[in-house]
Amino acid sequence: MSEQLTFTYTIDGNDFTRAGEASSSVKNKLKMLGVGSDAIRKVAIAMYEGEINMVIHADGGVITVSVSDNDITMVLADKGPGIPDISKAMQEGYSTAREEVRSLGFGAGMGLPNMKRFTDEMHIDTELGKGTTITMKVHL
Amino acid sequence: MDKDKFMRSVRLKESACQGCINCIKHCPTQAIRVHNGKAHIIDKFCIDCGRCIRYCPHHAKIAVYDPLSVINNFKYTVALPAPSLYTQYNNLTNVDIVLNALLKLGFDDVYEVSAAAELVSEASREYIKEHMDEAPFISSACPSVIRLIRVKFPSLISRLLPIKAPVEVAAEIARARAVKKTGLDPEDIGIIFISPCPSKVSYAKAPLGIEKSNIDNVVAIKDVYPLLLPHMKQDESQLIPLSSSGRIGIGWSNAGGEVAGLLTENYLAADGIVNILRVLEELEDEKLHGLTFVELSACNGGCVGGTLTVENAYIATTKTKRLVKYQPVSKNHLSENPDAGNLYWADNVEYEPVFRLGNTFKESLKMMSDVEELTARFPGLDCGSCGAPTCQTLAEDIVRGDATPNDCIYVLRANIADLSHKIKDLASKQKTDGSLSDSSSELLDSYIRTLTAELASFGVPGHARKEVSKEE
Ligand SMILES: Nc1ncnc2c1ncn2[C@@H]1O[C@H](COP(=O)(O)OP(=O)(O)OP(=O)(O)O)[C@@H](O)[C@H]1O
Ligand code: SF4
Ligand code: SF4
Ligand SMILES: [Mg+2]
Repeated sequence: MSEQLTFTYTIDGNDFTRAGEASSSVKNKLKMLGVGSDAIRKVAIAMYEGEINMVIHADGGVITVSVSDNDITMVLADKGPGIPDISKAMQEGYSTAREEVRSLGFGAGMGLPNMKRFTDEMHIDTELGKGTTITMKVHL
Repeated sequence: MDKDKFMRSVRLKESACQGCINCIKHCPTQAIRVHNGKAHIIDKFCIDCGRCIRYCPHHAKIAVYDPLSVINNFKYTVALPAPSLYTQYNNLTNVDIVLNALLKLGFDDVYEVSAAAELVSEASREYIKEHMDEAPFISSACPSVIRLIRVKFPSLISRLLPIKAPVEVAAEIARARAVKKTGLDPEDIGIIFISPCPSKVSYAKAPLGIEKSNIDNVVAIKDVYPLLLPHMKQDESQLIPLSSSGRIGIGWSNAGGEVAGLLTENYLAADGIVNILRVLEELEDEKLHGLTFVELSACNGGCVGGTLTVENAYIATTKTKRLVKYQPVSKNHLSENPDAGNLYWADNVEYEPVFRLGNTFKESLKMMSDVEELTARFPGLDCGSCGAPTCQTLAEDIVRGDATPNDCIYVLRANIADLSHKIKDLASKQKTDGSLSDSSSELLDSYIRTLTAELASFGVPGHARKEVSKEE
């Protein structure tokens, strides 16, 4: 079996200023592993967007990042409201972010599209009232 | 000889170091480890920013540079004063007072780094205009910034502005002019930079972006500053007019000075190593939008905050503003400077993956899983008693083969407690059985030997560790 390494991060639901800490930590670890800067960039951007979404839309959650020979897998699981219409949410510019969140510069509706663009695989599993789990993979 | 790419001018003065671990906590690249009570710097991690010099309460972190006597090694010498030299003096209104004093001190000529800075500003404006689609660019004037990017931010290397630093351009122009003026061989001419920081000392010996620097020696502002004072009382009408730089050039010594010369509004200027680390992280994650140029200086306040200056950086900033108030914006133009050669970098800056754990991805993966396992065993106090700045760094050092788990005083304490329990058990067995078997007595002996050895290493941080780097 090939070597695999897993990191787990708990994301606080109400702290904007701390959003980005998990993706920053992962980025440093990937550099220590010698992962190429292109893959690191993809992981950092996709994970940051997902992390922010968990803070803004879902009151936090848990991110698990696994690194293997072939890819980096990010699983972002929350117990938030769920996404009613995935295809709508995936559209560029679609956002339900509240006004006070928009005034902080979020809510352009670019997060999910960017997550898709910067990863090689992305899967959304969501149930209304139960939560959302997004799985993303970046191939190495 | 190949230049040493990890050359550094921040050093440890071993005799002064108390092993107090203050510096290891402040190093932005976690390049310092205390072992045998001395805070050694690991060459490849160090970016020469000088932060440890500021934080060491015992003045055991020092900068090395050349003594002023180097001017005797040449037939003809040209001083290159950094603009931060001017603002060391109180009530200076005329830069020529300082420049004339440099001649009195023994230099044959002077060429202001600030004059070359204006040419660099012009070249930068042109370059950025032509390469707008590659923006934002990151300034490449502070060598510590380049070195930080080189080891930590590989994806940002291509954003470095590929233009020589003002001091390099100044050195080239100064040499060309001196050769013309004197007819001497270029090697007989000494180009001596008067520097605000150790980072530029290393740059002159092992430059980035070019193969070899035109700077021959680097002396410190703090050495030159007091020596000029007696020569600065001259009647101003007797001064030889030497100064040729305007507001943009002299302003380069302050944070925000480089961007002021670019005449762009979409910029970010950050100073201080902690702040620039944050900016680089955000640039790497593409969280900063709409920027054309990013100016970064390792020192608080910009070069006026360098560790080889004497004046408070913020007072020096005010003095700069006062000094340039009535100066024209710029006095130097590329079209009027035939001696300014090619201002662009000739060499690429290469990524140096010094923080990578193993040689291959597979090996690194294994090593990192060991790091995670070890880190979980440590108490997470980041107390520094092991000589490493954090529990995680100790774990990395162990995995790299540079430390042992027993360097953690808590692990050591647990081991000692464990051994003493085993000894106690054996001793009570002896009581009930009357005597110990040969094997039990051997075991007891070995427990006591280990205990003695572990206790011996107790108290001196990192005692059991092998040398990480050698200091002269
Ligand atoms: N984890 C989540 N739980 C519930 N709803 C979500 C979640 N993530 C995204 N959404 C929904 O999908 C919409 C689109 O998300 P997306 O990240 O693309 O844009 P945004 O977060 O609104 O704005 P931006 O990411 O540009 O700041 C959100 O407005 C929200 O309604
Ligand atoms: S701060 Fe560092 S260099 Fe200075 S005495 Fe303490 S351990 Fe030694
Ligand atoms: S900011 Fe200026 S003084 Fe400080 S290290 Fe960089 S070049 Fe030297
Ligand atoms: Mg979003």
